[in-house]
Amino acid sequence: MDGTQAIILTIITASTPLLLAAIGELVVERSGVLNLGVEGMMVMGAVCGFATAYTTGSPTLGIFAGIMAGIGMAFIFAFMTQTLVSNQVATGLALTLLGLGLSGLIGESFVGLPGVKLVPVSIPLLSDIPFIGRILFGQDILVYASIALVIATTYVLFKTRVGLIIRAVGDNHHSAHSLGYNVIMVRYACILFGGACAGLSGAYLSLAYTPQWIENMTAGRGWIALALVVFATWLPKRLAIGAYLFGTVWIMGLYVQAQGLGIPSQFLSSLPYLVTIIALVIISGNKTLTRVNTPACIGQSFVPDR
Amino acid sequence: MRLILEKRSEHSEFMTLMSPLLAIFLTVVTGAIIFALQGLNPLEALYVYFIEPVTSMWSIEEVLVKAAPLILIGAGLSICYMANVWNIGAEGQLTMGAAFGSIVPIFFTSWQSPLTLVAMLVCGAIGGAAFAAIPAFLKNRFNANEILTSLMLVYIAQLILDWLVRGPWRDPKGYNFPQSIPFEGWQLLPTLGDGRVHIGIILAIVAVIILSILMSRTLKGFEIMVIGNSPRAGRFSGFSRKKTVWFCLLLSGGLAGLAGIGEVAGPSGQLQPSISPGYGFTAIIVAFLGRLNPIGVFFAGIMLAITYIGGEGAQVVLGVSDKTAQVFQGILLFFILACDTLILYRIKLLGPVTPQQAAAE
Repeated sequence: MDGTQAIILTIITASTPLLLAAIGELVVERSGVLNLGVEGMMVMGAVCGFATAYTTGSPTLGIFAGIMAGIGMAFIFAFMTQTLVSNQVATGLALTLLGLGLSGLIGESFVGLPGVKLVPVSIPLLSDIPFIGRILFGQDILVYASIALVIATTYVLFKTRVGLIIRAVGDNHHSAHSLGYNVIMVRYACILFGGACAGLSGAYLSLAYTPQWIENMTAGRGWIALALVVFATWLPKRLAIGAYLFGTVWIMGLYVQAQGLGIPSQFLSSLPYLVTIIALVIISGNKTLTRVNTPACIGQSFVPDR
Repeated sequence: MRLILEKRSEHSEFMTLMSPLLAIFLTVVTGAIIFALQGLNPLEALYVYFIEPVTSMWSIEEVLVKAAPLILIGAGLSICYMANVWNIGAEGQLTMGAAFGSIVPIFFTSWQSPLTLVAMLVCGAIGGAAFAAIPAFLKNRFNANEILTSLMLVYIAQLILDWLVRGPWRDPKGYNFPQSIPFEGWQLLPTLGDGRVHIGIILAIVAVIILSILMSRTLKGFEIMVIGNSPRAGRFSGFSRKKTVWFCLLLSGGLAGLAGIGEVAGPSGQLQPSISPGYGFTAIIVAFLGRLNPIGVFFAGIMLAITYIGGEGAQVVLGVSDKTAQVFQGILLFFILACDTLILYRIKLLGPVTPQQAAAE
């Protein structure tokens, strides 16, 4: 395995958690809900995934536990914002604060333990092709799952009736309600889907990216995923490109650091956050690009008339 | 069973006052359940958490030391959130305030006069405000979401501070520890009496009084409230949304910066890689628990400071993890937001829908 191949492999592993979390949030926002709790759901997925995999020895169960943790957190958010119509911004923040605290508490006895690594699947013959074989056919199952998820989401959102309903609810909840769709239930479902994706993304971090539990190991990735959705102007295809772009920046920072070019490590570590801000500015400043796809009802609560 | 919200004809004044208290009560009950599950005596644990911190002079002083930054930041944030400007990067503004304010003692080591302290506080506030100006500018000029930009800047601020104390500002006599030179004399906040309480708490009280006058007695306060509650009405009255964004972010950033330099010149006494146990984030809870009202923020700040000290006590006495306090704070915010629903709505539980009812509907 040569250097370039190794870098490309790490870029894929760094991009996958961003993509997983962001695709979930994209669906949530398409239904008109802004869930700022991605970071909290993700970190809970990471700790529950790690703890389960460590106790049972099975990364598959770990992945499952991560997804369930994400769904559990998302349910709290859905109940608060949809049933009790609480402020979505504040509730999302609360979810992140709770997730960071709770994961620290749960993970306390798992700090520093050797993790169970998710073994890459390698497709016989194909993965033996020089250079691209390992990259295309020797990844772990979640990398493929993330790509499949992007394709499936694009299809469902833009080619099916379900997708039409989700977008209708996100663009004008009053009209959707008048047509007889249950706005609250559609949003519940989307929020839970978003939670499952964020939990899965967290489990990927603690089982594949760095197979161990470190407190706050998400390091702002949940927030970057939120920014990615804006950057992608709510389109899954652009989201995938964006996630890989960010993964590249993240790894390049680490790579340059390892080369020791005399640049302070802190500057390189701050690169992903800086790039996020720059990306947000570039996209948000472009009114035509954002306005077309922004869900019109994003962040607004809906209370059905009785 | 179904849960139905019924809109009240007007705000419930009673629930407005009751909802924070109800939220605290529910948090305490949840806490008791969590402790019982961990095999602890819930009453003893609750006593350690919420009562013991206010039983001795020593711990009351500690509560006030922790409450000062929480109140300073929370008061600024409450005005931001009132205007629907979502600054969640106070932790970063605090960090930059601490760094900017420290320029004075680090570069003018031998300058000792009351003015030294004034210069430090002013620089701290300017540092915090300048850092908050970034999301304000990006919001107004490029329409970039201030939630995401201000939060990203937290990570950047912490890395800048880390670089400063490990690199250019490291104390040459500090045995290679990542810290600045220790501050002394007028480079430190004077203490009240001979205890640990420093004048930070007085700054916090002054800030609360000024902001509460601003919000209740001035046109600016009215403008903030109108723009926050109804942007359309605000536009018709000729109030500028952009100016409000600038005002709120600079104000809350400045107060967070002041809290930051207060930490360095107070309890810490020098610049270190980590100067706050997440005050900037806890202050978000303080702002909501205080009902986005500066006076309410004062009591909320004291309340959350108690949970910090109670958490430390519980770690020593009961062997409970110090993370428990953070979980409490998160749960508390959920209950506050849930209870706020009661101000606008009545909650009704309906039994299962019978076929007759369904037919009648």
